[in-house]
Amino acid sequence: MSRKNGNYTNNHMGDAAQNGVRDSLAPEEFDRYSRQMIVPGMGKDSQLRLLNSHVLIIGAGGLGCPAAQYITGAGVGTIGIVDGDVVETSNLHRQVGHATSRVGMLKVESLITHLRALNPLPNYVAYPFPISPENAAEVIRGYDLVLDCTDNPATRYLISDICVLLCKPLVSAASVQKSGQLIVLNCPPAPQGLVDNKYAPCYRCCFRKPPPAGSMVSCGEAGIMGPVVGTMGVMQAGEAIKILASGLHLPGSEGGNLREPTLLIYTYELENTIGPFSFRALKMGGRKKNCFACGENSTLTLEGIKGGDPNYEQFCSLPSAKHTLPAEERITASEYNAARISGKLPDGHILVDTREKEHFSFGSIPGAVNVPFGKLLTSAAKIKREGGAGHGILPHGVAEDAPIFVVCRKGLDSQEAVEKLKELGMDNGGKRKITDIKGGMQAWKEEVDPTFPFI
Amino acid sequence: MGDTTASTPTMTAEVEMIPITVDFSGGLEMLFSNQRRHSLEIPATDKDGKPCNIASLIGYLCENTMKDPRRELFVLDDHIRPGILVLINDADWELEGEEAYEIQRGDNILFVSTLHGG
Repeated sequence: MSRKNGNYTNNHMGDAAQNGVRDSLAPEEFDRYSRQMIVPGMGKDSQLRLLNSHVLIIGAGGLGCPAAQYITGAGVGTIGIVDGDVVETSNLHRQVGHATSRVGMLKVESLITHLRALNPLPNYVAYPFPISPENAAEVIRGYDLVLDCTDNPATRYLISDICVLLCKPLVSAASVQKSGQLIVLNCPPAPQGLVDNKYAPCYRCCFRKPPPAGSMVSCGEAGIMGPVVGTMGVMQAGEAIKILASGLHLPGSEGGNLREPTLLIYTYELENTIGPFSFRALKMGGRKKNCFACGENSTLTLEGIKGGDPNYEQFCSLPSAKHTLPAEERITASEYNAARISGKLPDGHILVDTREKEHFSFGSIPGAVNVPFGKLLTSAAKIKREGGAGHGILPHGVAEDAPIFVVCRKGLDSQEAVEKLKELGMDNGGKRKITDIKGGMQAWKEEVDPTFPFI
Repeated sequence: MGDTTASTPTMTAEVEMIPITVDFSGGLEMLFSNQRRHSLEIPATDKDGKPCNIASLIGYLCENTMKDPRRELFVLDDHIRPGILVLINDADWELEGEEAYEIQRGDNILFVSTLHGG
C-alpha cells in the first residue's frame, strides 16, 4: 500500500469494495491500470466496475493460477481463492502462481503470496478447503462471478448448480493432456425456471450427463501440457474481465448484448505440428426447458444441495466394470522380484508391460517388453474378428508355451490384459500360466525399488 | 491432414456415396487410430433405404472406422455415450435434430469428449 499519496486512505484502497461502491480511482490505480483503461470499450466506468467486483476462483491449479494472475493484474477489487491442496513439485510446470520455495504450502496461501507481489491493492480472501455441497453456497454467495478451475465432474456440476440458484455467471474451463475447453455459462444470469430461448445455458444444459467414471482421466494419470491448460486459464480471465467490465453480471442486464453460447475447444499437436485445426468455436444451445438445474420444473434448491440432494459423487461415479482376478493368477511385485533374483522364474517366460510407451521410456523391470494396453486390445479384437493366432500379440521369438507375466501402471489394465489373453486361448487351456503382477509399477516402486522413476 | 479411405460396404453396387469429414477431439481420437480428422465416403442410405442420419453414422463408424475394440468408450446402449458432444458443422447437434439429423454432402461431424481436468 503506497503512503505517498495523501488523498486516499488504507480503507479507501483496500476495503472499500466491502464497505461501499467506489466511484473514483486512486492515483496509484490510475497509473497501474492505465494501459488497459485506454483500450477502446474500457474507460473509467469499466475499470470502476472491475474495482467494485468480487471474483471467486475455485481451484488454484493449472487453470486457477494463470486465471488469477490476470484477474489480479486487471484490478478486480476482491479475489477469493478456494483450494484444499498443498503445492507439489509436479504442479510447478503448469501452476505458475506457485514456486519451488513454496512446495508443501497450502495452494491458496502460495497463490495469494504470488498475487500480492503482482498487485497489493485487491482484497484477497483465502478458502483453504475443497468446495463441497455443505459449504458451496456460503462461499459463492458473496461474489459476482465464479471461475470453475477445478478438476473433477462432481465439483463442476455442484458449482454450476449453486451458480444457477444464486444467479452468478460462471466461466468454466477444463484441460487434459493436449486438449482444452472453455465455456461461459449462466451469463447474463437469470433466475431458475425462466425458460424461453433467450436465457443462457448452465453446465447441465450443455453437459447433461457425466461420462462413465471409467472413461475419465485426470491430469495426474494422463498428463497435461503446461501451455494448454495455461491458455485455457488465461482465456477464463479474459472472459471474466469482459463480463465484469461490461456489467453483464449485474442484475437487469438480461436485455444486454447476449452472445451465442459458445464452447471453445483447443487442441495442441505434439506428433504433427501442422495439424488441420487448433481452435474451434462451437455453437451451443440456450437454457433448456427440461434442465435439471435451471429448467422450468426444476426442484433443485440450496437446502437440498446442502443436505446431500442431489448426490454429486454418486451422479458422477456410474459403475465401471472392473473386477479382480483370482489369487492364483496374481503375484505381488516383491514375490516376482524374489523369484527373479533367485533364478526361480520359469524358463523362457516373458514379462509384458502394458503402460503407454511414454511411461515405459523412463524405465521398466529388467527384461520387460512394452505392449501398450490400447494396442493389445486392438490386436486382440482383430484376431478375434479375423482369426489367427493370439500369439501375434507377443514379440517374435517367444515360445508358444512361455509363461506370461503382465504388469501395468497401477494394476488394473494388467488384469484386463490377462483376461484378454486367456480369451484368445493363449493359456492353452490352462497349461500355460498367465499371471498379473499386483499393483503394477506403483507396487514395484513401493515394494522393490524405491528409486524407480514411477509417474 | 488425415486422409483415410474407409472400407466401403459392398452390399449394393449402386448405393450413392456421400463425402463427409468426421473429426474427433478431447482424447476420442485415441479410439480412431490417433487420427483427428477422417475424410470418409459413406453410403447415402442405410440398409433399409433410409437416408443416413447421425444414428446410422455412429453405427458406421463403429463398424468401419474404429479399430480400437473399446466400443463402450464411444457408444453405450446403442447411443453415443454420455460425456461426448456431437457437433454438426460446428453447432451442437441438439440444434439440428440430434440422432435424426440427415447427413448432407460435405458435412463436418465432430465428436468431442468433455474434459474435467484442470
